[in-house]
Amino acid sequence: MIVGVLALQGAFREHIAMLRQYNVNAKEIRLPSQLQDTDGLIIPGGESTTISKLIEEYCFTDRIKEYSLSGKPIFGTCAGSILLADKIEGRKQDFLNLIDIDIRRNAYGRQVASREIELDVEFLRPDPFRAIFIRAPIIESMGPDVIPFAWYNNSVVLARQDNILVSTFHPELTRDERIHGYFLNMVRYKV
Amino acid sequence: MEKFGTLEVKSGLAEMLKGGVIMDVTTPEQAKIAEDAGAVSVMALERVPADIRAQGGVARMTDPAIIEKIMDIVSIPVMAKVRIGHFVEAQILESLGVDYIDESEVLTPADEKYHVNKWKFKVPFVCGATNLGEALRRIGEGAAMIRTKGEAGTGNVIEAVKHMRTINDEISKLTVLPEEELMTEAKNLGAPYELVKMIAHEKKLPVVNFSAGGIATPADAAMMMQLGADGVFVGSGIFKSENPAKMAHAIVQAVTHYNNHDILAKVSKSLGDAMPGLEISEIDEENMLQSRGN
Repeated sequence: MIVGVLALQGAFREHIAMLRQYNVNAKEIRLPSQLQDTDGLIIPGGESTTISKLIEEYCFTDRIKEYSLSGKPIFGTCAGSILLADKIEGRKQDFLNLIDIDIRRNAYGRQVASREIELDVEFLRPDPFRAIFIRAPIIESMGPDVIPFAWYNNSVVLARQDNILVSTFHPELTRDERIHGYFLNMVRYKV
Repeated sequence: MEKFGTLEVKSGLAEMLKGGVIMDVTTPEQAKIAEDAGAVSVMALERVPADIRAQGGVARMTDPAIIEKIMDIVSIPVMAKVRIGHFVEAQILESLGVDYIDESEVLTPADEKYHVNKWKFKVPFVCGATNLGEALRRIGEGAAMIRTKGEAGTGNVIEAVKHMRTINDEISKLTVLPEEELMTEAKNLGAPYELVKMIAHEKKLPVVNFSAGGIATPADAAMMMQLGADGVFVGSGIFKSENPAKMAHAIVQAVTHYNNHDILAKVSKSLGDAMPGLEISEIDEENMLQSRGN
């Protein structure tokens, strides 16, 4: 089993370190051809405007859509969740559109509003998950096929639709690898 | 239950900037060009370092009105500089909602002995360093991100290379020292013992380390990445070049694909003139920015 981590920009190394804790073969992806032999993909946190420009410039868009269509799991954290969303602030994106959520960027405010919280995650009960939000987005609404797993201040911060998992926070910045464990189960199940 | 301004929240933003380019801008128009080219963040300034160097005089925090205009026009994080030790400039920038404060040797220092106590702020700080001891002193004062200083405003990468290699060499040395030697090494470095011990164990800095000061081309940027930088600051290198938008775009590509020689060759073509450079030996000792606030 090989899991790719999109390494165009952002905190890709932290995701790779998390995957290695599970002894999973993790691979940095900088060109679409490198997706070939992978079984799952993580789109990390970073600057969503920068990553989206690089995705387009290196022709990843269709390749990632096909990847998802083949049923391979994709996990997007923070910027990754923005890139996977169908809509941004009510407007349909002309992009990956892989999960039926409407998301608002930098929704908590600027960096001084970034925070960490103890989060109750449905599939990790009873132990809370320390969730770090950095200039995080907020999921404003979601379609009927999206399953919410965790809530904070009345909005969903961790959700899944079929093979797509998104979090608006950064599990890769903690030492708690349980959410990555959940994603790896999605990949294992598909393999 | 919510915690703001913790070290992880502060250093977390720097983690998100990794593999990216932070560009100096002096106007909202330049900020837009930088964002469109793929910058991960912009540094709002009144004058780029090359102009500060040429014009002289006291260089201070930028007019908050200019910083606000830049914050309004881009959605990427906005950084701004304060003079070394000028905690009131930092209070003002925190109040504006700037995303990162650079306590920078590029501005004229306000305190010849002390840096800002950065633990007192919710907004994170980045500080310059020329060696490991300096980096660890800044982290000890609360910096959540380090940048090697290089020599700003020169377009000459030699000092950036020197500082990155120095820090890497000093880290490697710590990792092979027996534990009983670490206290003496902490004394020699002038660095907090706990941080020295941590680095000996983790084999890396506890925060992100970008390269700055003299990067003028995609090749410069990729070299700093290959030498181990987490990302780069480009100051005068973009808006003092012949075609800023093109240069900015090329440097972004070079930082992402820093190990792909074919892409580096492709993006380096036909960029027009890079900024005019300065030979380091032609700069008087008192005009070397890197020796300020060490």
